[in-house]
Amino acid sequence: MTLADVLAVIIFVALNAYALLGGADFGGGVWDLFASGPRKERQRELIADAIGPVWEANHVWLILALVLLFTCFPPAFARLGTLLHIPLSLVLIGIVLRGSAFTFWRYGGSGGSHADLAQRRWGVVFAVASLITPLLLGTTAGAIASGGLPSGGAVKGEAFYPTYVAPWLNLFALSVGVFALVAFAFLAAVYLTLEADPAESGVGGELQEDFRLRALASGVALFVVAASALVLSRGRAPLVRDALIFASWAVPLHVVTGAAALAALIALWFRRWRLARVAAGVQVSLILWGWALSQKPYILRPDLTIADATAPPATLRLALAALAVGAVVLLPSLFYLFRVFKGRDQAPLVGPR
Amino acid sequence: MSDLLAARSQMGISLAFHIVFAVIGIAMPVMMVVAERRWQVTGHAVYLELAKRWARGTAILFAVGAVSGTVLSFELGLLWPGFMDFAGAIIGMPFSLEGFAFFTEAIFLGVYLYGWERISSRAHLWAGVAVALSGAASGIFVVIANAWMNAPAGFELVNGRAVNVDPIAAMGNAAALSQTIHMTLAAYAATGFAVAGIHAFLLLRDPANAFHRRALEIALIVAAPAAVLQPLSGDLAARHIAVHQPVKLAAAEAVFRTQAGAPLTLGGWPDVEARETRFAVEIPYALSLLAFHDPHAVVKGLDAVPPEDWPNVRAVHLSFQLMVALGTYLALVSLWVGWLGWRRRELAHNRWLMRAIALATPMGFIAVEAGWMVTELGRQPWVIYGVLRTADAVTPMPGLVVPFVTFTLLYCFLGVIVAWLLYRQILRSPTVPEWRGFYMRSGSGERGAGSGT
Repeated sequence: MTLADVLAVIIFVALNAYALLGGADFGGGVWDLFASGPRKERQRELIADAIGPVWEANHVWLILALVLLFTCFPPAFARLGTLLHIPLSLVLIGIVLRGSAFTFWRYGGSGGSHADLAQRRWGVVFAVASLITPLLLGTTAGAIASGGLPSGGAVKGEAFYPTYVAPWLNLFALSVGVFALVAFAFLAAVYLTLEADPAESGVGGELQEDFRLRALASGVALFVVAASALVLSRGRAPLVRDALIFASWAVPLHVVTGAAALAALIALWFRRWRLARVAAGVQVSLILWGWALSQKPYILRPDLTIADATAPPATLRLALAALAVGAVVLLPSLFYLFRVFKGRDQAPLVGPR
Repeated sequence: MSDLLAARSQMGISLAFHIVFAVIGIAMPVMMVVAERRWQVTGHAVYLELAKRWARGTAILFAVGAVSGTVLSFELGLLWPGFMDFAGAIIGMPFSLEGFAFFTEAIFLGVYLYGWERISSRAHLWAGVAVALSGAASGIFVVIANAWMNAPAGFELVNGRAVNVDPIAAMGNAAALSQTIHMTLAAYAATGFAVAGIHAFLLLRDPANAFHRRALEIALIVAAPAAVLQPLSGDLAARHIAVHQPVKLAAAEAVFRTQAGAPLTLGGWPDVEARETRFAVEIPYALSLLAFHDPHAVVKGLDAVPPEDWPNVRAVHLSFQLMVALGTYLALVSLWVGWLGWRRRELAHNRWLMRAIALATPMGFIAVEAGWMVTELGRQPWVIYGVLRTADAVTPMPGLVVPFVTFTLLYCFLGVIVAWLLYRQILRSPTVPEWRGFYMRSGSGERGAGSGT
């Protein structure tokens, strides 16, 4: 394993963390949009309280992956920015609207009352942006997986549609988008069963059941979406598909992923919330790593490998050193953040509203 | 509109928008922490109220800053893939470090904003300190990357490719020190005067209001020292560009002709065709004196390089004049504040001072924007000074006017909303007469104790 491989793995770890944490924040927004039943408003409050203290920190995983990508693999970043300009710009608009609308909703109130009608409109913007952003983010990932990003786009005057639109506006890429959306919603629902602790408020039991049902439903939907993405990959992403079926690691990976998926559903069924959270996290992570393995050694198919795209060794060594030092600051801080807001036996959350 | 101009405009709009929030994100936490510390020491409720209100405002502004910063980091690749392809390995390091600093900032801001009831008051204060420190650090790292674009270092150019890359040397580039000092001071001065200005305005109507008086004090503690030091750091920056980026200095000062004993040009309207500056006041020898600390030193003019390598002289000169004028005003007001403070005079009852500070509300931010115009426009037509032209770095994708218009509209919309939300927050600021609020201990629960919403 070369130094470049190590950094590629670290970047993917950051993306994995973003999917599990930042992804779930988007998923929470989706459940805000689909809040229903007699406990509609309480569902929304639970989601907002769960996201509030952590969403900005969770979001930074994406930034970290991005800056490491352009530091360690500049040509890959340049090509992604060029060819996926349109979907990435749309993702950015989604990120901007989601983040700002959430804070406007939670902090902009005139008297701290969430019933404030004008404020609720921001809640809607937040929820809709939370639905669209993962869809586009997943579509971008689908475009990368399909391997249709040749260096040709770096030339001026190439035909617009095949170069800048077709790689991502196709059924396979969109199916990956839907997959990302469902996966994030699934994660969020599983996590929210834990946030709605009945011991805390006395009414959490019902909320817990609400999100248990949502988690079960989206968990089953995830199977369906994954299967359709695999079918569609035949035409659009043959190389990734072949690796996912024929590589030596393929069968064991699928067995473990499937086991995690089943474990998550069974744990949800028997209301073993903590076990469900671990299993769901493992399941989604394994799917991501399956994608990473199927791409290896390419960052961008058809021609850009990790070795081709890598920055000079001096940069890589320094990046690794910075990561080591950064981790010493970052990991304890993150641990502290999650212990304060996600640990057991917490007092009810009182934001500075 | 050409694609290059559209890309430059989109980047410019994104930076101009983000920098406001970035600057506030650096300075606001300092004020929050000072207010909270004063509450802990004195027990006066008005300080807790201040800390909480500033925290609310910071929550909104930080979120918008975080997402608009995300846009910028993507735009480096979306608009300037040629730049990133060349420079990523050299200058990615400060961006990566900024990533960590921003991470720390986001974590502890979450702790600070939501942790009032969950952690000890000591831990809460330290969370605020962590936000303030990491906020300043992330600003410094980003400015180091920008300084490298002005004074590229840490690589050798062979056949258009960078070899012998040394990211540490790149971070230690010649412009880094003067630019980071200038920008960090600007953040404290601009934010501090904006907050002080709002409270000074409200004090003109209600001079006995304890809430506004304490807010004004804390804002000035942050703003005034920075505003006084800023001309000194500006001198450092100007002397740097006089040596390393003579074209930028020539454009900023509208010096068309290389000359010894160059005069300082105040105001005026550069006429690029005629190569002279009309309606300007000239102070003999002053530019040579300022730039090289020698009245007879030779200052390079724009004629040192061919006209196709000139930046937009008019825009750079006017921005520079504007920045210097506003910075001078803020420094003078700060000296006035310092004088009155030293004589232990009551600031809030000095109506002329309150008017002067109220007038300063937007000035720091206008100066920040103008200063960035000087730095960025003054570097054109280069994206990496002397190494890579902006036109060679832009994405080949056509139709860039569409994302430019889209993001401009998005930012206009967000700007209006943020302004409206902050306006509502300010309107809700409590009326706390001096004789009640200030002396009331926190938790007394009495109306007017400054605990209500």
